[in-house]
Amino acid sequence: MSEAAVEKALDQKMNTVPLKMIGKDVSVYYGEKRALFDVNLNIRENTVTALIGPSGCGKSTFLRTLNRMNDTIENCRVTGRITLDEDDIYDPSIDVVELRARVGMVFQKPNPFPKSIYDNVAYGPRIHGLARTKAELDEIVETSLQKAGLWNEVKDRLQEPGTGLSGGQQQRLCIARAVAVSPEVILMDEPCSALDPIATAKVEELIHELRANFTIVIVTHSMQQAARVSQRTAMFHLGNLVEENDTDKMFTNPDDQRTQDYIMGRFG
Amino acid sequence: MTDVASPTVRVSTRPAESRRDIGIKRRYAAERRFRAYGISAIAIGLFFLAVLLWSVVSKGYTAFQQTTITLPIEFSEKVIDPKNERATDPKQLMTANYPLLVRDALVKQLGIDPKKRPLVKQATDMVSDSVRTQLRDIVTADPSVIGKTIPVTLLADANIDSAFKGQIDLSVEESKRKVKDQQVAWMNELADAGVLGKSFNTGIFTFGASSRPEAAGVGVALVGSAYMMLIVLVLSLPIGVAASIYLEEFAPKNRLTDLIEVNINNLAAVPSIVYGLLGLAVFVNFAGMPRSAALVGGFVLTLMTLPTIIIATRAALKAVPPSIRSAALGLGASKMQTVFHHVLPLAMPGVLTGTIIGLAHALGETAPLLLIGMVAFVVDYPGSPLEPATALPVQIYMWANEAERAFVERTSGAIIILLIFLIVMNLGAILLRRRFERRW
Repeated sequence: MSEAAVEKALDQKMNTVPLKMIGKDVSVYYGEKRALFDVNLNIRENTVTALIGPSGCGKSTFLRTLNRMNDTIENCRVTGRITLDEDDIYDPSIDVVELRARVGMVFQKPNPFPKSIYDNVAYGPRIHGLARTKAELDEIVETSLQKAGLWNEVKDRLQEPGTGLSGGQQQRLCIARAVAVSPEVILMDEPCSALDPIATAKVEELIHELRANFTIVIVTHSMQQAARVSQRTAMFHLGNLVEENDTDKMFTNPDDQRTQDYIMGRFG
Repeated sequence: MTDVASPTVRVSTRPAESRRDIGIKRRYAAERRFRAYGISAIAIGLFFLAVLLWSVVSKGYTAFQQTTITLPIEFSEKVIDPKNERATDPKQLMTANYPLLVRDALVKQLGIDPKKRPLVKQATDMVSDSVRTQLRDIVTADPSVIGKTIPVTLLADANIDSAFKGQIDLSVEESKRKVKDQQVAWMNELADAGVLGKSFNTGIFTFGASSRPEAAGVGVALVGSAYMMLIVLVLSLPIGVAASIYLEEFAPKNRLTDLIEVNINNLAAVPSIVYGLLGLAVFVNFAGMPRSAALVGGFVLTLMTLPTIIIATRAALKAVPPSIRSAALGLGASKMQTVFHHVLPLAMPGVLTGTIIGLAHALGETAPLLLIGMVAFVVDYPGSPLEPATALPVQIYMWANEAERAFVERTSGAIIILLIFLIVMNLGAILLRRRFERRW
């Protein structure tokens, strides 16, 4: 089967894909200010879901509710229900550490630890006890770097500091670091906004490949990027979910006028 | 290939005088003035630093030399133990008339008639009174020296020491100065014979308190200061770092923590003597800890150093980029793991610098120690932090109150020692900073 055919088959299967995460009536408050209004958004398994919308529309806020990174923000309150494989992730019985091991995150600015490349990738497996021996850890590091498409570039200098890599390499290192924990979902918060077009292309290609093994949610400001990498797109505006649709449909024939306007560049 | 028709370039023909005056000259003049102020401020600072160092060093460097007289001392049994009781009475060796041995040796060396008492008195005045303990220590350490004649290096009296260093104006009338002409003559005679000379003054580092300048040193003060620094380090580093980590990383931001923060900042500015009063009231009077003890001094200095360390540590923790915390938390590290694996190691240079500067501050602190009684005349080394001790700055304070010429140079000498310790500590802070500094 050619690659295009595989792609098509995948896309056709889309509507039968099981749901990985379900967000129901999700509202987020920062103190008195309400940032999200009853968002109902489902994340499909092994799918790239893009969250788009103008700045301050709540797309990053929603992303961060998915692995409870909002917990670290003072005064932040989340209502509604978000499940990951049937588990309510805001249930008191769910441990946030365990949740974040299942739902990894890649940030806007590449933020490798000021340690060696090896230690950057090995940190997650180490704290979660995923490797019993040094050899196992080595293997996790190698496969993670391979999955992130960085192995060939760094295999000879694993002990060099991760901060010494170029911006694009750093971001792929961060992806490798997230992958190393074997999460089920990877959240990406504008992962390419600090990268040049070549590095962006590499990361996008990588997102494409990661889709086979992971469920990916990506926030992006670039319409083209959303169109290129995602199968599902959700459009946010002023804290509301405007529309959620197949990416192809979204960019050709959206249901909502606001989506149309935003995609055409009339506001935002 | 390049003969592409170039577009006609039009040169602006606006005359210079019609240009807007945007005050370029004024701006540059202001900048030059500001630079001049800055440079002069630094120059003034450097000038006063130079004056300070010059005055201390020029007065103090002679304190590191001591005039000594090496005489063949006959440990005569007749003088030390005339009745041969030393086997039965241990007091005999302790109470023997050791200065007599020195007198005999001096009289012999200088060829004075032992019957001319004023002359003999002048001669023995040239040697420090500390010979009594010095010779006693030699004999008690090894009683077999009795009956033998061995050369012993004795400390010269402080006045002879000053005279030999040229610090006494010999043109002053003889009766108005402490060194007599005859003594000066002998001094020169002994110096020519190679018996009297200057050598490096190890005593200033090892001796305890003494009313005789030549036998006074900062030994006890050094030990006291070392005990206190150790106590301050052991207590204030963990307490300070733990408090800062809790306040910075874990504590909720509310009125109470704001209040605590304001209070910590205020405590850093509280005059140190107040800490001394606190220590006196709480540790000495209430808890009944011994006075003059390095332990209490250490506690008081710990209280004084804590705010400094907490402020420095919190600043260092704040300087760690939040993206590092997000990265660790996003991987599923717990709060504790995030702090101890990532944030604290990155903040370490700042923490260590703050700690060392706090310690250096504590090392130079005098006022609180005066209140808890560390301004004491301590001759013997403290065996533990519970025994009376002094501290380096307190020793300087005590010597500065003495009138004798030789104490003036020792005061400056002790200041030099203190400054060297401070410089070494600050250098250590800089080196640690360099060593641990990592970029992100």
